[in-house]
Amino acid sequence: MKGAIAIELKHVTKRFGSVLANHDVSLQVRHGEILAILGENGSGKTTLMNMIAGIYYPDEGEIYIDGKPALIASPKDAFGYGIGMIHQHFKLVDVFTATENIILGIEDKTKYNLKEAADKVAAISEKYGFDIQPNKKIYDMSVSEKQTVEIVKVLYRGAEILILDEPTAVLTPQETEKLFAVLRRMRDDGKSIIIITHKMHEVLALSDRVAILRKGEYVDTVETADTNETVLTEMMVGQKVSLNIDRTEPKNPIDRLIVENLHMTNAEGIGVLNNISFTARSGEILGIAGIAGSGQRELLESIAGLCHLDGGRILYNDPKTEEQVNLRDKTPLQIRELGVRLSFVPEDRLGMGLAGNMDIIDNMMLRSYRRGHSIFLDRQKPKDLAEKIIEDLQVVTPSATTPVRRLSGGNVQKVLVGREISSSPSVLMAAYPVRGLDINSSYTIYRLLNEQKEHGVAVIFVGEDLDVLLELCDRILVIGGGTITGTVDARSTTKEEIGLLMTKTEGGVSHAK
Amino acid sequence: MFPIVQFIQRAILQGTPLLFGSTGEILTEKSGNLNLGIPGIMYIGGICGVIGGFFYQSTAGIKLNPFLAIFIPLLCSLLGSFLASLLYCFLTVTLRANQNVTGLALTTFGVGFGNFFGGSLIKLVDSEVPSIALTKIAKIYKTTLPFADSLGWFGDLFLSYGFMVYLAVVLAIIVALVLKKTRIGLHLRAVGENPATADAAGINVTRYKYASTCLGGMIAGLGGLYYVMDYTNGVWSNNGFGDRGWLAIALVIFATWKPMIGILGSYLFGGLYILFNYIPVSMQTMPLIQMLPYVVTILVLVLVSIRKSRESQPPAALGLNYYREDR
Repeated sequence: MKGAIAIELKHVTKRFGSVLANHDVSLQVRHGEILAILGENGSGKTTLMNMIAGIYYPDEGEIYIDGKPALIASPKDAFGYGIGMIHQHFKLVDVFTATENIILGIEDKTKYNLKEAADKVAAISEKYGFDIQPNKKIYDMSVSEKQTVEIVKVLYRGAEILILDEPTAVLTPQETEKLFAVLRRMRDDGKSIIIITHKMHEVLALSDRVAILRKGEYVDTVETADTNETVLTEMMVGQKVSLNIDRTEPKNPIDRLIVENLHMTNAEGIGVLNNISFTARSGEILGIAGIAGSGQRELLESIAGLCHLDGGRILYNDPKTEEQVNLRDKTPLQIRELGVRLSFVPEDRLGMGLAGNMDIIDNMMLRSYRRGHSIFLDRQKPKDLAEKIIEDLQVVTPSATTPVRRLSGGNVQKVLVGREISSSPSVLMAAYPVRGLDINSSYTIYRLLNEQKEHGVAVIFVGEDLDVLLELCDRILVIGGGTITGTVDARSTTKEEIGLLMTKTEGGVSHAK
Repeated sequence: MFPIVQFIQRAILQGTPLLFGSTGEILTEKSGNLNLGIPGIMYIGGICGVIGGFFYQSTAGIKLNPFLAIFIPLLCSLLGSFLASLLYCFLTVTLRANQNVTGLALTTFGVGFGNFFGGSLIKLVDSEVPSIALTKIAKIYKTTLPFADSLGWFGDLFLSYGFMVYLAVVLAIIVALVLKKTRIGLHLRAVGENPATADAAGINVTRYKYASTCLGGMIAGLGGLYYVMDYTNGVWSNNGFGDRGWLAIALVIFATWKPMIGILGSYLFGGLYILFNYIPVSMQTMPLIQMLPYVVTILVLVLVSIRKSRESQPPAALGLNYYREDR
């Protein structure tokens, strides 16, 4: 069986509305091999795998398993074909034991016997070298133990094809090593393993072949042994596309926000920000590039006073008084009372930025409600502001009293950005401000950010599209695994350079096979 | 001397409707449905039994067939509470209406339903008192076990009840065993804890929610039936059931979602409920004593949150409607 084709995708296409998530993808996975699927955020890796696992159904194209056409319409069907997927977000019941989770949903007409099941779990664990306690409750487990339960869950159902969606994102380097050892043992046992990742060193350390996706399109599949980091990065990021975004030279930049040695650990004790230091200058757009979840959100939220830091300083140079204040561990209100004009456009627009059920006027008041002096609300000024934003930014809305959740994504973003810049900030932070926006709305946002820059605002722009970062920003900070892996000049750098920096994480896994 | 045997006996009688209600509600809540319509469903279970019994008693004449006298009200009661629970499921599971609002509406509806038909029946018999008495049927419901009178305190404590008191205990034990020891129980708990996970594992979330909510409602409805047919000797008077439905829901929290603890809890609540008859209190302080079950529930809530025991928490997805996320 080894070496024969286990699963084959032929011309698979998937659309979500008008968005093309996968276009004409053809792919083969053999028995007894580890195939890495490599691609940037939004390149359609997870969508593609979800079609194999029965979460989505392809709009076009066929899937063949062991040479025979297969119809996979639900996760149950996928189990039937011996396909098991380990999702990035674990699907486990917290108050159940490992065994209870593993046998959940299995209707095999046998007597319900937890003890027998626990023995079977122990046998599987021994075969592949898992470290698992069958009767331990999930809520007592570490992330890596939970992942082990997920893997055993699919093996228990007799999976021959395993799909792992970014399995190492939550693991420490030691745990990653252990996982890789197990995966290699499973491969040697004849199983097919598909691993989604964008960490270059893991691709090289683990996989037999690499399939590359870019913006939903299939690029190529190469033998891992015949390739190297530079070639893969080039295939992943592709040719540079010119966007024609206007960019002016920064006018006498002054250090506005100085971030020194930020440290933050999450509830699991894993460092999400490690020794982050940078300076944001007035009249300049500082881009932050990185794989999603590398610590961008935590970084911005800690500057905005929403997260607790374990170490470091955030210094703000007041443009009026020339005084320096430390913003670390201040609440958003305290920051505002210090006279720091900080605006934040969070990535979660309708969760953190705006209140979806409230209208545009009321959302304006979320920023200014403290200015009122009477016990009654004064809606006149927010109303004027709302109308100004609607007119200036061409927000498409029936009226200023329409609940913002009824607006389209682009218009929601215009309302949010409009509100944030209306308070004439001296620092403006925007996280993925053009995500999900059409091309016209995106250019409106770029124009607004550029205007702020010309007014001498220090703009921090977290983006995912490298082409945009390269044309919009003045400097680009690259962050990987909570660490700054490089700072580059946006005018002279290349996509490949940023791509390499993004996939470089410190303390990575050794390349031993 | 304090009449301890009589007190316990009365506490058990008083606690049994609560036990039916809480067993039903535990089964319901394990599927993630917070059915606050239970008080209403218990009302409906009671009045439907009364309606069935009333028509049987008026057609059968003087001689009642003991089997039919039990079976007809029982069936009517089960049917009534089944339909009420089905309505709740349809609104919350299929139409995804807010569970709290739906439940509270169902309670209001159930109480009104009971009072409306109770009032109609009272009009029908042209009774002098505002109640309707099914004494003959109640007598059959209250048939005790043999030797109840001849074994002294033992007979009084353990054998002196109608069959529904034992049924309540048996149902609680069965529900506990099903939840803990069977595959169906495991799947049901998974649905209430994490429906997305259950769905991904191939469990039909909707079916489990419907089944457990309807079954739970029917068990709770039996509490209403017991109350009229046994506890009040077959006398239905409007609003007579009082706040027992809410006590049953409080009991679910007290029992930390474990039917076995619910058995003891229901008798404890029953005892606290009638305590004012046994200690010298003035009429003014009586409501304070009747408040005790709720005070105990709050104490349990405080204790459970201090202990932070994960096993004593409500099902994680309780009160949340589930629908597959689509992109």
